[in-house]
Amino acid sequence: MNELLDLTALELGAAIKKGDVSIPEATVLALNAAQCAPHNAFITFTAEGAIKRAEELQKGLKDARSPLYGVPMGIKDNICTRGIKTSCASKILGDFEPPYEATASARLTEAGAVSIGKTNMDEFAMGSTTETSFYGPVKNPWDLSRVPGGSSGGSAAAVAARCCWYAIGSDTGGSIRQPASYCGVTGVKPTYGTVSRYGLIAYASSLDQIGPLARDAADCAAILDVLQGRDHRDGTSLDGQYGHLLEGLTGDVRGLKIGIPTDCFGDGLNAEVRRAVLAVADVLKSRGTEVVELSFPVMEYVVPTYYIIAAAEASSNLSRFDGVKYGWRAEGYDGLTDLYNKTRTEGFGMEVKRRILLGTFVLSSGYYDAYYRKALQVKAVIKEAFDRAFESCDLLLPPVAPTTAPKLGESLSDPLQMYLSDVYTVSVNLAGLPGLSMPCGFDSHGLPIGAQLIGPHFGEGRLLNAAHAFQLDTDWHRRRPGGPLSQPAADSSPSGGAKAEGGITA
Amino acid sequence: MKITTELVDYISELSRLSLPEEEKAAMTAQLEQIVGYMDVLNRLDTAGVEPMSHVFPLKNVLREDEVVPSQDRTELLAGAPAPDPEAFLVPKAVE
Repeated sequence: MNELLDLTALELGAAIKKGDVSIPEATVLALNAAQCAPHNAFITFTAEGAIKRAEELQKGLKDARSPLYGVPMGIKDNICTRGIKTSCASKILGDFEPPYEATASARLTEAGAVSIGKTNMDEFAMGSTTETSFYGPVKNPWDLSRVPGGSSGGSAAAVAARCCWYAIGSDTGGSIRQPASYCGVTGVKPTYGTVSRYGLIAYASSLDQIGPLARDAADCAAILDVLQGRDHRDGTSLDGQYGHLLEGLTGDVRGLKIGIPTDCFGDGLNAEVRRAVLAVADVLKSRGTEVVELSFPVMEYVVPTYYIIAAAEASSNLSRFDGVKYGWRAEGYDGLTDLYNKTRTEGFGMEVKRRILLGTFVLSSGYYDAYYRKALQVKAVIKEAFDRAFESCDLLLPPVAPTTAPKLGESLSDPLQMYLSDVYTVSVNLAGLPGLSMPCGFDSHGLPIGAQLIGPHFGEGRLLNAAHAFQLDTDWHRRRPGGPLSQPAADSSPSGGAKAEGGITA
Repeated sequence: MKITTELVDYISELSRLSLPEEEKAAMTAQLEQIVGYMDVLNRLDTAGVEPMSHVFPLKNVLREDEVVPSQDRTELLAGAPAPDPEAFLVPKAVE
């Protein structure tokens, strides 16, 4: 592997700025790596456009302002890109080419990003394994017989496999954080309303948020500095102090209070995952944080609440796919209603149909109060539980997922089991909070383990600085598939002991 | 709660989906399992709790009304499955 591919996005950006590597050179390198990779991480490659753009950007290099200028990346295929196929990994969208650009990708383009293509995902972002894609499942770069997680599995796999330096995904119930965890990369789901959803094809609008998947916390900070900002085209967009995350990464976390929600470390959590996540607290403690245990007594309610609300919104959002306005239309219909029925029945996959039906059920007359209204009430209770937790700590440290990546084909037969694996991530979306997933070790199969950090609203700076501090003292985030897993850390930082403790691969 | 085939037929019709028989049987069983699991929420007393739609108290985000160019019609229609320069084409819906 070319060593340039192993750089972080910021390192590559700096090398481009210095003139050590040209943007077309980096772009061709990424395209070759991505097109030869066996993971099925991309649905569409934009090779020609990427190379042309790289050449143009190279000419404007001296005016570059963003530290990510010229860095090749990937975009999840539910984010609209003008004139470039955007499929949501669904048959029903066919070869749809959006007539407009999503704000998120427009902002990255403005900052000098080079998109090499659109990444694979669960159909309409519904799934936790990237196996529900019409374009076939994505394979985990650490073990090709395993899933990459989902729904942003293509983005996570592409970054982990060194096919591009970063990617953007979307997170409705863990769809950035969980694949980041399974693939050993760092990912952030930002505070709801801080990244525009304009041009993000909606799954559950009150929960959806676009965010980065990258090599480390510093890259994520730089990407978020570009992505975040008020957008009048998204009615839920919030005003805020954006654009200072990267400069805030000092690694100084003295006095920060890390809360361990003990209810997240009980039954159902794999012992190796548990050990690796708790070891994160030890590393942070050695840098001067205080670690407190606290209760988070709503865990049993988070999955049902999430799936009721997400399915309800999905059933409404996906009514726009009817074979009339865009995408694919079934053949052999008899009249307008039959056109709708046939197109939707043949155009949507099973998981999407399941969630549409579930959503229609919980919103239907006679069941609305018992399910949908009840879920909105429990959502308020969950939000309150977070408010209480943040009275006694600054950040929460739960796992991302109960296990490491499962085998391909294991999850689809039992949808409820798959839903339950989202138990540590969905509450963050319900409460609109920022959440981060970062590599913190490997299990005995050599699969990455992720730890999650959750902050209060607009707590991205705090989250990223804590993750950055952890990554200064550990090198889990620098490991790559095919490389050595249990190499001793190069530096001799004070947390050497914690590193050994985290190194449970043996 | 019990999810019957009749209920699945009803919500399928509302959803504009017509599942083939073999899919319907599997879907009915899965929905029953999922909805049964969701009943866990009944263990939590939420009497008096206001349903929460949005976590941020955002209300009526207003802006000045201004004229801006709309999307190009031809471009928008170009993505339709039955192409026509002026309209979305559908089967006759009104006699």
